[in-house]
Amino acid sequence: MTAQPGLSARSPVLEIEGLCIEYGTGDGAVRAVIDVDLVLHRGEVVGLAGESGSGKSTLAYGATRLLRPPGTITGGSVVFHPDPKRPELTVDLLDAGITELRRLRWRELAIVLQSAMNALNPVLSVETQLTDTLAAHLPGSTHASRRERAADLLRLVGISPDRLRSYPHELSGGMKQRVMIAMALALEPQVVIMDEPTTALDVVTQREILQEVIELRDRLGFSVLFITHDLSLLLELADTIAVMYAGRLMEIAPARRLFAAPRHPYTAGLLASFPSLHGERRVMTGIPGSPPDLRNPPPGCPFHPRCGFAEPQCRQAMPPLAPPPGPVGWGRLVACWLQDGRADRPDEIARPEPPARPAGPVPTGQGPVQP
Amino acid sequence: MSAVDGHPPDGAALNGDRPTGATVLVARDLTKHYKVRERGLRGSVGPKRVVHAAEDISLELRAGRVSAVVGESGSGKTTLAQMLAWLIRPTAGEILLDGQRVTRRSLRAYRHRVQIVFQDPFASLNPVHDVHYHLARPLRIHRRARGRAAVDEAVEALLARVRLEPTRQFVHKMPHELSGGQRQRVAIARALAAGPSVLLADEPVSMLDVSIRLGVLNLLGDLRDTESLAILYVTHDIASARYFADTVTVMYAGRLVESGPAVEVTDHPSHPYTQLLLSAAPDPERAAPAVIKGSGAAPSLVNPPAGCRFHPRCPFAMPVCRTQRPPDVPVGPGHVAACWLRHPDHARATVHPPAGDPPA
Amino acid sequence: MATPYGGTPGTADAGELTPAATRSVHLWRHWRRYPVKVITGCGLLAFFVLLAIIGPFVAPYDPSAIGPDVLAAPSAAHLLGTTNTGQDVLSQLLVGARVTLLVGFGAAAVATAVSVIVGISAGYYAGVGGELLSMLTNIFLIIPLLPLLVVLTAFLPGAGSLIVAVVISATAWAWGARVLRAQTLALRKADFVQAARAAGERGWRIILFEILPNELAIVFSSFLFTVITAILTDAGLIFLGLGDTSQWSWGAILFWAQNNEALGTGAWWWFVPPGLCIALTGTALALINFGVDELINPSLRTAGLGRKASRAMTTEQGLTPVRRAESAELTAARGTGR
Repeated sequence: MTAQPGLSARSPVLEIEGLCIEYGTGDGAVRAVIDVDLVLHRGEVVGLAGESGSGKSTLAYGATRLLRPPGTITGGSVVFHPDPKRPELTVDLLDAGITELRRLRWRELAIVLQSAMNALNPVLSVETQLTDTLAAHLPGSTHASRRERAADLLRLVGISPDRLRSYPHELSGGMKQRVMIAMALALEPQVVIMDEPTTALDVVTQREILQEVIELRDRLGFSVLFITHDLSLLLELADTIAVMYAGRLMEIAPARRLFAAPRHPYTAGLLASFPSLHGERRVMTGIPGSPPDLRNPPPGCPFHPRCGFAEPQCRQAMPPLAPPPGPVGWGRLVACWLQDGRADRPDEIARPEPPARPAGPVPTGQGPVQP
Repeated sequence: MSAVDGHPPDGAALNGDRPTGATVLVARDLTKHYKVRERGLRGSVGPKRVVHAAEDISLELRAGRVSAVVGESGSGKTTLAQMLAWLIRPTAGEILLDGQRVTRRSLRAYRHRVQIVFQDPFASLNPVHDVHYHLARPLRIHRRARGRAAVDEAVEALLARVRLEPTRQFVHKMPHELSGGQRQRVAIARALAAGPSVLLADEPVSMLDVSIRLGVLNLLGDLRDTESLAILYVTHDIASARYFADTVTVMYAGRLVESGPAVEVTDHPSHPYTQLLLSAAPDPERAAPAVIKGSGAAPSLVNPPAGCRFHPRCPFAMPVCRTQRPPDVPVGPGHVAACWLRHPDHARATVHPPAGDPPA
Repeated sequence: MATPYGGTPGTADAGELTPAATRSVHLWRHWRRYPVKVITGCGLLAFFVLLAIIGPFVAPYDPSAIGPDVLAAPSAAHLLGTTNTGQDVLSQLLVGARVTLLVGFGAAAVATAVSVIVGISAGYYAGVGGELLSMLTNIFLIIPLLPLLVVLTAFLPGAGSLIVAVVISATAWAWGARVLRAQTLALRKADFVQAARAAGERGWRIILFEILPNELAIVFSSFLFTVITAILTDAGLIFLGLGDTSQWSWGAILFWAQNNEALGTGAWWWFVPPGLCIALTGTALALINFGVDELINPSLRTAGLGRKASRAMTTEQGLTPVRRAESAELTAARGTGR
């Protein structure tokens, strides 16, 4: 198992190894996720960035077995470690049966879906929906204790408990999303997967909700897998960022390092697609072309048709995910033939690593450990 | 600015000093109120409720310049674009094209001069018609090409202008065969087919993949330069507005709150809402973690707050803000903010720091 | 720098080749992939249409010819038996197919055309015009069809099938118009309609060329249902003696059968065949309707899979199926990748 960024001091809680997901069967099958390795450590926020067709959402739903047919998992494992001190409880989600998954879902693994605010039942009050969730998973609880817990949960996400009696249509988009997050945290799971949780919200609400999620993470210690197309958001939010393209992992690195010194041409191109709010305005071009059709992916490295630095070998074979050369090899993985140790790498993918941050109290939003 | 293939080289300075273009389109006090259909009991009579979607919007679009309108959903920016495109009728206010008021009779000529590009590339092209049809219709309606051969030639020229090449390949494609970025380029070509002087772009890139957004924005920038188009760029992303536009106007709850040169407004925001927007926007270069000043949600447009509409959320609200609507106060060259804090009569001793300081 | 997919980076969409969608030519080749309903329905309908076309030429007897065998059960000479005056039922059926189907399809065609014009206009024009058209539609919807027809046919000169067809189409358009109006109200807000307005297209062009092509599925479906309605109404009128009983049609056979106590005398071969033909034609049209729905909206099928394959894929309680097919190459490749 390759070492993953930074938080090697922490034990892994979710290990995805070699995951392959396809849509359909036979010759017409579309490979949506190809051979992805990802490790989520305790208390870590991992951001999964990618554009359309990158497979990021498929990965999340497939790993939790929520993907509907014709989605099929064709390889790999998703190992969940509920307790570092009791390795016998470790379970591979892909091998688990329905009873085991039911036990794990929501209690250990919660998921906040895209536009989850539409997942609220319009005819039930907020209180009913929260207490229903609690009742389903805590069979021995009393009605009063559930009500109190529901009130606590709302307070946790910054909603006053007198909104318990409200119906979803009486709440704003931001509040509904907060209720969904409260529901996800109801049973204090160890892993929370969030798929574009704030895309439909305005910038200010988005910022408030994300700050709350980080505060909750600091307080309760759960891990977050945050999936989004907005890389600029992840740079401020995540501890580690994984970049996906056409179903494959292209680069993983601690957030700060990824931003200061990307090692993959796609990452460099993505970073160059977000105009800055500071400094002089310069012409930026993004990345020419567009994400490939997964029914007909390019051979070799899927990014090579759009890559300004592509070489003949890029067309022939997919480069392996490996640490890039240089003094800070640990904590980073990149899948690019150009990172084979040559001296004449293009500047965009050969920027110097940022200096290490001194350990100590770190401002909110950056996580406790940042190499 | 030296150009290679007609585009400025990467890294070149953008939007250098440009001579002020001639004013093409003027909006004066545009207002739009929607009536709310009341389904009361029979016989119940109450005051007619109205959604104040946009109020008293005045702005100018100049040739060869991009004016950005930045705001969240519900700010009225899309309503403004639709009024300027004459797709909805303003409740009050007027629109002047080259100094002439727009009337029902001059509508055809107006449509020829003012065109719009919509947000959703998957909805703005009719799924049953191919690219050729979409581009040929405006050409024919505005008599820009007559006869089959001329139309075919003009269609290919349009495709070349939006860089959908090889053009032969795209002419007979159906919308579902195109990617989001390609569809948006077809939508831009369709707008150009009418031969406009004004292009209204309503969130043209927000539904496109991140890596291709700048390509489309740069295309619009080139069109602005080569054809001296006056472009209205409506967006919720203030960073892209800073990148692309010459002037930025910020809208909140149907009103304009701040307006000025793009870099000036984003580097030195004067209105508390603009500061809030900038502190909330994703900014990886931020030196210190974001501090949000002002909380709460956007107000209801049926019963908007009296006075300054932002006062319930404003950390600096004063008594006058609750009762009187602030005027446009100049705060710099070409830069105005509708805020009592900046008014000489009410200026506070402590000036709140502008958000978004550049990294140390 | 040219890429293997043509174009150069710097132009838009280098390296992009979206595969062309199936053109209409290919639609016919893949008929086996169509849902069972469509194939069955089309087959059945084709059978009856064939009957209508060649019927009069292959009928063994003149349907009106009186013969000696009275109320005879089906036999070699009379495959479907005879009536109480010795007329051959099969011949009546074959000849009558033409009139029945002609009236049905003809009335439906006219009714559909009217419903398209009125319905889409009612939906597109928001003001007084639209409201008036909508009111008109509602009025015609409320009026009960059969009593109106009874009254009209009683007063009109003659009761030829043409008159009946006109009368049916005058009343059957309202339902389709209402459906189209609802759909148009939704489409009117679509961006591409707004874009057409912004481009300067005139109203009637938008209705005909922008909105209507997107509603063809509904129009087609409405047409098929109207055919069923028309055939049944026509048969019903004739059965009640209000239609044209001088021409042979399936309804006419039923009329004479009813008048001459076919049910009472147990002459099932007289009334069952025409009734069955009407029912089967209606069934065929309904099958095509439902089948076309599936064709147009693929999500109603199981995501484009064949029936067997989709059954194989669903696992317990809707969990994502796991089908590990680790080949040796895959393991080897992953070995070197580390």
